[in-house]
Amino acid sequence: MAMALRTIGRRTSFLRRGFSSLSEATKAPTDGKLINLFSAINQALHIALDTDPRSYVFGEDVRFGGVFRCTTGLADKFGRNRVFNTPLCEQGIVGFAIGLAAMGNRAIAEIQFADYIYPAFDQIVNEAAKFRYRSGNEFNCGGLTVRTPYGAVGHGGHYHSQSPESFFCHVPGLKVVIPRSPFQAKGLLLSCIRDPNPVVFFEPKWLYRLAVEEVPQDDYMLPLSEAEVIRQGTDITLVGWGAQLSVLEQACEEAAKEGISCELIDLRTLIPWDKETVEASVRKTGKLLVSHEAPLTGGFGAEISASIAERCFLRLEAPVARICGLDTPFPLVYEQFYMPTKNKILDAIKATVKY
Amino acid sequence: MAAWFTRSSGLARLLSRRTTKMASPAIFGSGLGPLSSDPPMPAPGFGASSAGECLRSLRHLGSGKAGEMMSQVDDRCGDQMLDFPGGKVAFVPEMRFLPASPSERINCYRVLDYNGQTFSGSRFPEVGKEVAVKMYSDMITLQVMDTIFYEAQRQGRISFYLTSNGEEAINVASAAALTMDDIVFPQYREPGVLLWRGFTLHEFANQCFGNKLDYGKGRQMPIHYGSNRLNYYTVSSPIATQIPQAVGAAYSLKMDGKKACTITYFGDGASSEGDFHAALNFAAVLEVPVIFFCRNNGWAISTPTTEQFRSDGIVVRGQAYGIDSIRVDGNDALAVYNAVHAAREMAIQECKPIFIEALTYRAGHHSTSDDSTKYRSTDEIEHWRTARDPVSRFRKWVERNGWWSDAAEEEHRGNTRKELLRAILIAERAEKPPLSELFTDVYDHVPSNLHEQEKLLRETIKKHPVEYPSDVPV
Ligand SMILES: Cc1ncc(C[n+]2csc(CCOP(=O)(O)OP(=O)(O)O)c2C)c(N)n1
Ligand SMILES: [Mg+2]
Repeated sequence: MAMALRTIGRRTSFLRRGFSSLSEATKAPTDGKLINLFSAINQALHIALDTDPRSYVFGEDVRFGGVFRCTTGLADKFGRNRVFNTPLCEQGIVGFAIGLAAMGNRAIAEIQFADYIYPAFDQIVNEAAKFRYRSGNEFNCGGLTVRTPYGAVGHGGHYHSQSPESFFCHVPGLKVVIPRSPFQAKGLLLSCIRDPNPVVFFEPKWLYRLAVEEVPQDDYMLPLSEAEVIRQGTDITLVGWGAQLSVLEQACEEAAKEGISCELIDLRTLIPWDKETVEASVRKTGKLLVSHEAPLTGGFGAEISASIAERCFLRLEAPVARICGLDTPFPLVYEQFYMPTKNKILDAIKATVKY
Repeated sequence: MAAWFTRSSGLARLLSRRTTKMASPAIFGSGLGPLSSDPPMPAPGFGASSAGECLRSLRHLGSGKAGEMMSQVDDRCGDQMLDFPGGKVAFVPEMRFLPASPSERINCYRVLDYNGQTFSGSRFPEVGKEVAVKMYSDMITLQVMDTIFYEAQRQGRISFYLTSNGEEAINVASAAALTMDDIVFPQYREPGVLLWRGFTLHEFANQCFGNKLDYGKGRQMPIHYGSNRLNYYTVSSPIATQIPQAVGAAYSLKMDGKKACTITYFGDGASSEGDFHAALNFAAVLEVPVIFFCRNNGWAISTPTTEQFRSDGIVVRGQAYGIDSIRVDGNDALAVYNAVHAAREMAIQECKPIFIEALTYRAGHHSTSDDSTKYRSTDEIEHWRTARDPVSRFRKWVERNGWWSDAAEEEHRGNTRKELLRAILIAERAEKPPLSELFTDVYDHVPSNLHEQEKLLRETIKKHPVEYPSDVPV
């Protein structure tokens, strides 16, 4: 039931129109080529395997390139001992990866869809996350990176659309990282692979083909646990991650037409997260909106709201707004109704600014 | 564990009369198990066991101390058998590892040869004219459905589809051997079971288009059929989750004294998931009337079975869990029918699970998102599509009996195509379910957070009506 991405009119057009995923601060790379997000992931994996002979890439259907083509060419180049299919068993994939990592290797495991990560929940939550702590640092599985595509695609229904990041943000010992664009994806993934802690890396599958930008061909890393201000503004702070950033960016542009200046922050790493950057921004703007595709209740937006309310209580001029998925399973024919769309965000921006 | 402790403590006391140097029960973890009375009582599950037998089994625990102590007693015991939970185990002096697989593969039950002729010596199938004709025509209907829905997806009219090409015999013949009281827990490549039970082309089309007549209310992707009326639990994408559920449902049938069983279908890939193993073990231990039907079609998306498991297929796992198991030719409709029919009788009469592995081939792409020529040869696909096609093989048999003809074929295909195209047209034009259904069925009643979200959503829709699909009544 793997789906290739099909072009979805609404998103495509706006992405083609104005998708800028680089921050104003980051200089556009000069030696780069225009590539899409799955190719950027593929480049990162090539580099990871090339630069460390003790690195491995595996998962369901990985050998022929994976259902989203992220692992294309890897088995041919690095051999079937380092890039291989696993049996269809997510708990097996992650348990195996933990063991491999615990022996001093870089285990880059793919879970075919984030919707199918739950059979591996025990291995991730009880094992990977606590491996170092419970042994008093006698052992660790820091070489573990779990990559998995997440989020809506327009026709995925219940089980090819979920955004389960908040479950993992409740687990001390894990890092959770979500890129917003090809350039970000490559640099962040290389950082995750080389970070000495287990990381769950969620890839926005809607953007695999749609998001295209210039990406340097060489080896580079982007810092973890550092949020990035990708648009400066004075009236309200918007925080998001992954595919939602492009929706937020579009809302910023519409708001600007109405004279509202939004500051847009890509959190990039969800745990341990960069409170300071968000706090500094909210101290400046006095207003905060958080947006994610996952259901509102218990989503990571709740954690951000609570932390900022604690830190900026006297500076806040309006309640923190959360524009998120509905508290329902992800519904096929109602997808557009479920989603935290640009207009929902725009309405909330206006209401918050006018509060 | 408890059994071990019980035995070992009693044993220690026994030993104290015979040996000078006593090992205390502590080596087995003192205090954890209930102490048995003196003289030692066999623990539950052990037949009457002598001290000598117990000692030899203790050696397996591998404690050096215990080993020494035991050798003193061992000599005096001539027993060739160990009475162990599950039955007597023979002792042998040679050290022999079980081979990874037996020298010969488990054989495969078949009734029809490739020419549609029954093998001499095969039990004459219980399939009469009426059933055979319905079986064959449902197989054709399934083919027509697959062709047309696949095409509809290519044209962008439905978002997804997945064919049962090559597995028509498994679908229809297994269904034919069951009764409507038997409960189905499907994977996703078994729509022929529903078809057999009377799911109409309109009902299939309504689900694929996710309109207001779809029982799933448009919430799931196409092919996620389900029908309470037809005892067919709704398809769920996560692989293998249905298998242990079928065991729980079978337990209910057993408790209620029903003369029915559950059947659960799954692929070769699914057999790698933890849920599969849990299900087989639960079914064996709890002795429930469930039929595990594994469609070993050689592929799980791009992963061939050689990269899925190294056992002789999946049938041997049934046996490993203590379940009567059989391998059948999944492209032989009569073999599938007979095996399921017999499995059902055994499952219900003896209240136990049965495992069936059907050898077949996924003759289509995994789904409309897949291009299988990327990872397997077209020759291989072609061979299975032609020489080993289950539908034409069964047709030969039905025709040989004088129950089918070219004219009947043409008429049935033509009628089905016409009816399906009409069903599609109607399903496509039908409205989607109303917006209110977005919030129902999350729970039995809509809770306050969802009432609030519905209210907010309706305000947004009023403000930005063009953003929302016009075919969903608000
Ligand atoms: C838990 C889970 N992991 C991964 C997937 C993605 N997936 C869908 S079908 C499939 C292959 C299943 O193969 P098999 O069980 O042999 O069934 P077949 O498609 O051959 O009928 C995979 C990996 C999934 N649906 N659920
Ligand atoms: Mg299969």
